[in-house]
Amino acid sequence: MERAGCLEMIYPELEDKLVVTIMGASAQELYNLGHRDNFFYLQHAMGLASSIGLGLAMHLPAERVVVLDGDGSVLMNLGTFATLARYRPKNLIHLVFDNGSLLSTGGFNSHTTSGSTDLAAIARGAGIEHVAAVDGVVDFGEAFVAALERDDLSVIVAKVAPVGPDHYGMDLHLPENGFRFRRWILDRKRAGSARSNDA
Amino acid sequence: MTVSYDNSKIIFDAIKSAGITSVSALPETWLGPVLARVEDDPDIRLVQVAKEEEAIGIAAGAYFAGAPHLLLMQNHGFFGAINGIVSLAQLYHVPLCMLIALRGHWGEPYPWHTRGGIVTESVLRALGIPFEYARDPRLVSKQIREAWTFSQSSLSPVALLLTRDLMED
Repeated sequence: MERAGCLEMIYPELEDKLVVTIMGASAQELYNLGHRDNFFYLQHAMGLASSIGLGLAMHLPAERVVVLDGDGSVLMNLGTFATLARYRPKNLIHLVFDNGSLLSTGGFNSHTTSGSTDLAAIARGAGIEHVAAVDGVVDFGEAFVAALERDDLSVIVAKVAPVGPDHYGMDLHLPENGFRFRRWILDRKRAGSARSNDA
Repeated sequence: MTVSYDNSKIIFDAIKSAGITSVSALPETWLGPVLARVEDDPDIRLVQVAKEEEAIGIAAGAYFAGAPHLLLMQNHGFFGAINGIVSLAQLYHVPLCMLIALRGHWGEPYPWHTRGGIVTESVLRALGIPFEYARDPRLVSKQIREAWTFSQSSLSPVALLLTRDLMED
């Protein structure tokens, strides 16, 4: 299973979700499917994608938030699983693509390949109830649909091959991405409150 | 040494009157009485983190969501959050209003705090983070309000250093 294929499968569902992705290959593969202003690419600060997702989810209960994380990034912030479990935002789906590799920095094995680290077990141990570990496309799709239908925090750890895109580059400055992401959210909030005022 | 109950209340009241509705923190001795009030306030959402760098991500999420957010941490926690401050907040122009307990400075009896206290100002300067010292309870409300205002207009991290003069009786 390849991450790019997984992203292509769920891309139509991301149209109206707030999506936060980690740097490098994940960001590029999402961008290549077609950028949207509701996508935020965290091109550095490894480990914090899920923390941004938590901040979004807790403050925007009417939105669904999807975090695209990786084994290398999540290993830099394992405490995030405990914080997610404690606050348990119902509207957050945390996808961890585990390719066992620090692919974007030369393909060195991460701890999930070179050791016996099980990220799904860590997430469960941190107290997250709904954790799926998948290594096939069909299972991934089913786990994602189940997470969408579930009104609760969901973590999916997906084993994928250590392959990335054949080129890197975005026509999008980093602050521009942040500014437009925030504006998309605030415009939706305004439209939402206008709708509820009409009702 | 006891943490100042009266000045902690002044700080909490200033946070409230600045319109803050969301706070992230890692509990710390000097910050304890402020955090207890935050936790009890139904109009402020408190997110307690496992490590301070998480709070930079949570603050960014709150900012994107349009929620007025304030960070409470010790100076040593600030050191542990630096990559998030540089490579998320500063890189993407995300404002951070940080109230930082300045441990390990003038009058510090505990050896383990001292190295961190000695280098805090230099680290803030090196990172280009504007900062002020809060020493006087008569001025701290205004300092908190102005730190908030400046963070939002500059789209930058700013730090208000809470000193022993303010935090201990």
